Amino acid sequence: MSDWRFRLAERRGTLIALALFLALFALYASKHPAGFTANVVQTAANKGALLAFVAMAQTFVVLTAGIDLSAGMIFTFTNCLGSYIVAGSTPTALLGCAGVLAAGLACGALNGLIVIYGRLQPIVATVASGSIFYGLALWLRPQPGNSDNFNSDIADFMTGRVFGVVPMSLVALFAVVLAIWIPFRRSTTGRAVYAVGSSEMAAYMSGLPIRRAKFWAYTLAGLFASIGGLYLSFITYSGEANFANGGTYTLFSIAAVVLGGVSLFGGVGSAIGAIFGALAFRTIGDLLFVFDLDPLYQPLFQGVVLLLAVCTGAAQLFRIRNRLDLFQ
Amino acid sequence: MEFAQPLLRMEGISKRYGGVRALEQAGLEVRGGQVHAILGENGAGKSTLIKVMAGVVAPDGGRMLLEGREVAFAEPAAAIRAGIACIFQELSLIPDLSVADNVVIDSPPRRFGMIDHRAQRRLAEEALARAGGEDIHPLAPVKDLPLSRRQMVEIAKALARKPRILILDEATSALTAADVAKIFAVLKRLRAEGLALLYISHRMQEIAEIADVCTVFRNGRNVATYEAGTKTLAEVVELMIGREYSHAFPTVAAPESDAGPPALEVRDLRWAERLRDISFSVRAGEVVGLGGLDGQGQRELLLALFGVTKGLSGEIRIDGKPTNIASPRAAKSKRIGMALIPEDRKTEGLMLPMSVRVNLSFAALDRLSRWGVVDRDAETEAIDEMVRLLAIRTDGVDVPVGSLSGGNQQKVVIAKWLMVRPRIILLNDPTRGIDIGTKQEIYALLRRLAESGAAILFYSTDYDELIGCCNRVLVLYDGAIKRTLVGAEITERALVASALNIAAGAEAGA
Repeated sequence: MSDWRFRLAERRGTLIALALFLALFALYASKHPAGFTANVVQTAANKGALLAFVAMAQTFVVLTAGIDLSAGMIFTFTNCLGSYIVAGSTPTALLGCAGVLAAGLACGALNGLIVIYGRLQPIVATVASGSIFYGLALWLRPQPGNSDNFNSDIADFMTGRVFGVVPMSLVALFAVVLAIWIPFRRSTTGRAVYAVGSSEMAAYMSGLPIRRAKFWAYTLAGLFASIGGLYLSFITYSGEANFANGGTYTLFSIAAVVLGGVSLFGGVGSAIGAIFGALAFRTIGDLLFVFDLDPLYQPLFQGVVLLLAVCTGAAQLFRIRNRLDLFQ
Repeated sequence: MEFAQPLLRMEGISKRYGGVRALEQAGLEVRGGQVHAILGENGAGKSTLIKVMAGVVAPDGGRMLLEGREVAFAEPAAAIRAGIACIFQELSLIPDLSVADNVVIDSPPRRFGMIDHRAQRRLAEEALARAGGEDIHPLAPVKDLPLSRRQMVEIAKALARKPRILILDEATSALTAADVAKIFAVLKRLRAEGLALLYISHRMQEIAEIADVCTVFRNGRNVATYEAGTKTLAEVVELMIGREYSHAFPTVAAPESDAGPPALEVRDLRWAERLRDISFSVRAGEVVGLGGLDGQGQRELLLALFGVTKGLSGEIRIDGKPTNIASPRAAKSKRIGMALIPEDRKTEGLMLPMSVRVNLSFAALDRLSRWGVVDRDAETEAIDEMVRLLAIRTDGVDVPVGSLSGGNQQKVVIAKWLMVRPRIILLNDPTRGIDIGTKQEIYALLRRLAESGAAILFYSTDYDELIGCCNRVLVLYDGAIKRTLVGAEITERALVASALNIAAGAEAGA
């Protein structure tokens, strides 16, 4: 029985990302002046979860061999929306949360429809739609701000700790994986998403529902970006239409999926890998802080680590025997 | 076995690709419990017919009746639902998914709406066992399997669909003899179960063994249907080539016997199971043809000579000197002086939105520039010469090359490479899909180039071209040179017979 060998190989990218994250985080916690305490973990988890949600969103689209440059803008837009409608009594605020997620789904569905029926390249379609989403965010929040009766109870609960130790944001990540990612991965649509990314022609010849697969990939990406946006509202109690921040989240989400073992050529990888990729990427930034280095070096340092990680993925190109295959 | 009504009936099916007629009023009747072989040379319309049946290509005209009811398939999924499964040549497997995922891809077993991995694995193992591929691990990713195993997975996948009509399009081309035996046992069982099997292969021995009925295609039409074993191989070859023959070729002058070493000499060339021990030489002034059925290694041979492949073994000699050709850039250098006119001008030959001028000078920029700056006068002069020499019909050299007709585009590709003044010219089916007039201009050009001392290696899927243009023809089969035809030996009959790897004039039944 060599089953475990294949199962391991399939999850290689995810496991490498996990190992990278654990190593970096152990280094971080050991050097942190406060040590490995619940507080340190909670702060890191809240920051990491934001990127993790957007990275999961990016994963869906990247698996189809596309790219979603609007993810950060959906994140920004839904954050602004959340700062308005997660307000009032707890039941109304919960309804508001649902509204934020519905808005995310709608943004994603719009991306999907443009890519499928507009037959545009994902990169162009999502740059355009991202600009629209940012426009909506700016319309909602010309200045950063919050609602007078923002429901901070829900926000505090979602960013707090369970049993005094486990950060709620990690629980939320885990719940989302269990409730959405795993069923998706094991659905026929999920399999079609992998198939489309791996070889769209073969998927077509096999009679798979290509359009449905792409539609759900983009729609779920919208949903996950809005979970991130909602979380940003929980953390900050407010909304801000920050263009630079949205762009940064888009680019970091791509970096995170690559670190997490998701192939930009499509068809390979997992959102769980993307979570660890995101957490690892965040930790890289935080390491500079504990080593007392100038924060100005952060982009340089993150870039070097990312480049090294990507290089290991490119190693398989050495096996190519027909150079024309390089261009396919 | 005879049934009153055919399972599938195709009538008057026509299909054009641009100006090329792939199918012209073709028909076919497929019955349950039979293996129906489809024969025909390159471009006879077999593949298009299969694609129509499998919902990949929509016909321009004609109708298809499934059990007497008219059907039309808008996409492959529709044909699959109707019970028609097609085994393509490794085209329909998803490389990054596992074998089991692939085998049950169109309807995986589900529990509570989710794919049931245990049931999927069981189904996959059953299907693999039925196809005789028990050695394939169901969890292995398809991309890691060798070609022959992938083909077995493809067959298992088709069987898992429980089809009523199973189409095998060159499904055995990558298989070992042992695998073929296993597959045949499966096919015979399926035939006994009442399935209709369509079998397309260039291996005449296989057809003799398995087929019940044969239909021969030529020029997009079904020209004959007969019961297997009622015609000799010679008669079948006759049916495949027909009787039309056009003398549209310049006379072939024998090259002066040259005492010096050949311009290009190849010894024991091998590459990745696609090329096997290939040895031949081409002298200056000679046109050597590459024949055989499509996909027998001709394209790979040209790419290998042009420095595209890695891991090549054997020796290539240029003017008698062993030479290592590391890349297309090295191949076109003055030292080697090689040019490859590619098969697909749209992807490998031209930058379609760019101008004729820019396209023409791409390959020769080194020669046309000084200190890295293009010498516009030299460029214009060289381009004018080429436009004149090849009689390229264009509204000036600054229009996008994509606006030219197919034939003129092909002339631009050829001219682009003539700009580097090559001594060795490799051509990969350069006249595919272009009009007769341009074809004849290209034939004349090839002769002129040869007369002025170029060594030409010319792959064509059109046998008439090989007959009309070449001094010698090397016929490839399964990556090896099976036969070399010289001068008057180059006849259509000899080309077809050696392409099918049967001795010319063999009288065995088929």
